[in-house]
Amino acid sequence: MSESNGTVRIGVYVCHCGTNIAGIVDVKALTHYAAGLPNVAVSRDYKYMCSDPGQDLIRQDIRDQHLNRIVVASCSPHLHEATFRNATRAGGLNPFFVQMVNIREHDSWVHTNHAEATLKALDMVRAAVRRVAHHEALEKARVSIRPEALVVGGGIAGIHAALTMANAGKHVYLVEREPTIGGHMAQFDKTFPTLDCSACILTPKMSAVKNHPNITLWTYSDVTAIEGYVGNYNVTITRRPRYVREDLCVGCLECLEGCVYKQAKVPDEFNMGLSKRRPIYIPFPQAVPQTPVIDPETCIQFKSGKCKKTCIEVCGDRHAIDLYMEPRTEHIEVGTVVLATGFQTYDARRSPYYGYGTYPNVYTALEIERLVNASGPTGGEVVLRTGGHPKSVGIIHCVGSRDENTNRWCSRVCCMYSLKLAHLLKEHTGAEVFNFYIDMRTPGKGFEEFYQKLLSERVHFIRGRVAEVTDASLHSSEEGRLVIRVEDTLAGFVRRIPVDMVVLATGLEPRADAQEVRRLFNITCSNEGFFLERHPKLAPVQTFTDGIFLAGCCQGPKDIPDTVAQAGAAAAEALALMDAGCVETEPNTAYVMEEACCGCKTCISVCPYHAISFVDEKQVSAINPVLCKGCGTCVAACPSATIRQHLFEDEQIFAEIEGILEYA
Amino acid sequence: MAAYCYYPGCSLRGTGIAYEESLLAVFKLLHLPIEELRDWNCCGATSYMSIDEGSACVLSARNLALARQLHYRDIVAPCSACYLVLRKTQDYVQRYPRIGRRVEESLGAGRLHVLNEVRVRHPLEVLHTDVGLAKIKARVLRQWPGGKVACYYGCQMVRPYADGDPDHNPVRMDELMHAAGVSTVDFPLKTRCCGGTLTGTMPPVGIRLNEILLAEAHHRGAEAMVTVCPLCQYNLDAYQSELRHRSKTFAEMPVFFFTQVLGWALGGDPARLGLKRAISGRRQIAQWFPKQRAEAAAHV
Repeated sequence: MSESNGTVRIGVYVCHCGTNIAGIVDVKALTHYAAGLPNVAVSRDYKYMCSDPGQDLIRQDIRDQHLNRIVVASCSPHLHEATFRNATRAGGLNPFFVQMVNIREHDSWVHTNHAEATLKALDMVRAAVRRVAHHEALEKARVSIRPEALVVGGGIAGIHAALTMANAGKHVYLVEREPTIGGHMAQFDKTFPTLDCSACILTPKMSAVKNHPNITLWTYSDVTAIEGYVGNYNVTITRRPRYVREDLCVGCLECLEGCVYKQAKVPDEFNMGLSKRRPIYIPFPQAVPQTPVIDPETCIQFKSGKCKKTCIEVCGDRHAIDLYMEPRTEHIEVGTVVLATGFQTYDARRSPYYGYGTYPNVYTALEIERLVNASGPTGGEVVLRTGGHPKSVGIIHCVGSRDENTNRWCSRVCCMYSLKLAHLLKEHTGAEVFNFYIDMRTPGKGFEEFYQKLLSERVHFIRGRVAEVTDASLHSSEEGRLVIRVEDTLAGFVRRIPVDMVVLATGLEPRADAQEVRRLFNITCSNEGFFLERHPKLAPVQTFTDGIFLAGCCQGPKDIPDTVAQAGAAAAEALALMDAGCVETEPNTAYVMEEACCGCKTCISVCPYHAISFVDEKQVSAINPVLCKGCGTCVAACPSATIRQHLFEDEQIFAEIEGILEYA
Repeated sequence: MAAYCYYPGCSLRGTGIAYEESLLAVFKLLHLPIEELRDWNCCGATSYMSIDEGSACVLSARNLALARQLHYRDIVAPCSACYLVLRKTQDYVQRYPRIGRRVEESLGAGRLHVLNEVRVRHPLEVLHTDVGLAKIKARVLRQWPGGKVACYYGCQMVRPYADGDPDHNPVRMDELMHAAGVSTVDFPLKTRCCGGTLTGTMPPVGIRLNEILLAEAHHRGAEAMVTVCPLCQYNLDAYQSELRHRSKTFAEMPVFFFTQVLGWALGGDPARLGLKRAISGRRQIAQWFPKQRAEAAAHV
């Protein structure tokens, strides 16, 4: 095998990494020792092997000294394996004839004793020298990338990612679960810190999605299956029936007025249940598409079959209402996927001590967004559930955030939106507003300035986590009001503050079905349940599955500016893949030696990447090298040892073990 | 059925004697076997715990080890303080090696071993879970003569070992009351401080805390309070005359143990439920449980 092209001649290169390695490991002794190992033709040390002169040493020696194997003792292969493979290729050798030895992270950085660290480096280099002799030439496979993209979720993240890719000339399928795109941002009244109207900046982008020739928009739809691999995903989308045909409806909305329900009776989801809608409805006036939807749970025709169907009469010759509509399934092929499935807000009922659901005048922040909105349930007039206007309002921060008993993370947006709501509530009602905070977190452009503005507006800030909201009064001034009990940690005593309205700044958390989505797309979640990026700093929009990218709050709480920035980044990464047209895959994949496979299918059940299938004709397993990540699980699990893995062949591993133990 | 091991603690032999009387009566009425732990000692609560955790845990652990040695599965601690310290000991012995070693050494001297296999139970949870609401409902023989009650749980019962009841809004006692045919008022102060030992050490603070609870219960339409803890019961019961002297609007009300209410509903002999041991609300008690009624029911 490895000796097929003649004698093995190994070059060993020891990197000083400035003083990172040389400060602990005796690099001269290591170089000298390596020179005496079997098959080693050249052994050198150099200050920075990754620098151009360092790489030149390898290139030059391959030519001059006829080297055919390279060992580089330096840092982690995560950092510079590609560098040294390229240098080896430039010297005329197959790039997989390189083995790296990590004498920095695994040695000099974690030890303080010079002699022992040097001994460890000797062992590691000896193992690599033994191993590399068995390396074989490997070729990278190329996978073509389709130029279409799928975006899942039509909030601001999905909208921005879809528009960016569509503007670059790629065809984008945008799939949204709700009857309209817009997401949470459509529900907000104003945006912090500039106080520009949320709908005014969002709806033009929603229309742009609708009218873009490169975007296919499917609302009221779910991704139900996805198969394939980077560049070639086959996606199944189920479009739920809205009972109004998008192709025939002109959006006149006369059917809404025409419904037999003269009074709206169903709690309106978009207005957080603060108003009512009819069974046929459009979530909000600027919804995209402008096609109503019939809710079969509440429509008389669907419940009893005995409706006069006045909506159909009103629709008349357009025949857009079709009560016999069936779910439709769409099959598409895409090269890349951007997941922008968003978040849900913390259910305030989980903190019963704040009285949400018990006391009518306790609200969530999202309810207040609708209440202060000019097109909201009250036309922007802040009216309490019990009637009248509040004279004082308490805003409780960190409800379902930074709390050991509920969610431990900071939701990042609550301090700022609480400031915004404090401003808006004061503006609308003139009420006295109290903010109860643990820490004010205002790290963003213009955020601290906004906080200062609120302080000058005489909004009260009380530092302390609120203990409870109660209607149990101790004093006549508290009668009939809600009392907020809090330890004022700056003043150093417990306070009772009676208010008329309590606003709970509920935190952001992963959607209830985030785990199902994770499994569907074969990605990972972090501990708290948000989708996990490949690297928190250097690959923030990538996932561990190639070709699937993340945007917005599905990856973690963030505000609108950050969401849009991340959506742009996800689109750019997807575009880079699609524009390249193809991608090279690592050759360290597993392969089945068909003649010895007994067909037990153990490997199929253990593969975390769904890369192994069963070939019925031959009764053997087959591994798709494009999907295989080289984790080695199947290699270890195979009971007949018929699965092997490139770069982790038995000879290579045994030689390495023998090298480190120094026998044989 | 294995017998429950009854751990009285000091209170149920002192100020909370009515609790012991009614608890044992209820267990008898429900045919639940219960035996007192032989040679039990102090649970190590409050003062011990705050001065020397290790010693407190040793005291507590001896009771657990004894129960285990006698092959009991459940040790029933009606006093919330006992309940909390026994649970805490089991927790700390596992969580903190320093305490674990200390307890092991001390018990070893008496040839006992710390074992966490004994389950520490509060009778509220035993009646709610092991017996169940349906069974209790089916066995109710008497109608509650009083009005609505406010169920008051106190702190030690629910924090941190609420055992499945929501720690900020426990409901087990309310559900048991409903099963016994007793109406309850919505009482948001159900886990608020009763003053604990402050009624003795800093009376103005402690008594004020009791006033808040009693006034709110009255304000919400309750005619009596029901408790699960001897210290809560004592605090709420013992200082009402003082509160009455202070405020003209203060309304005196009886403060029962939940087992007294259950015992009455299940047809227990009123004379054996400790009802007459009340300090406050004696007028209501006399009215609700007149002598002839007690006698008429004595055959049940």
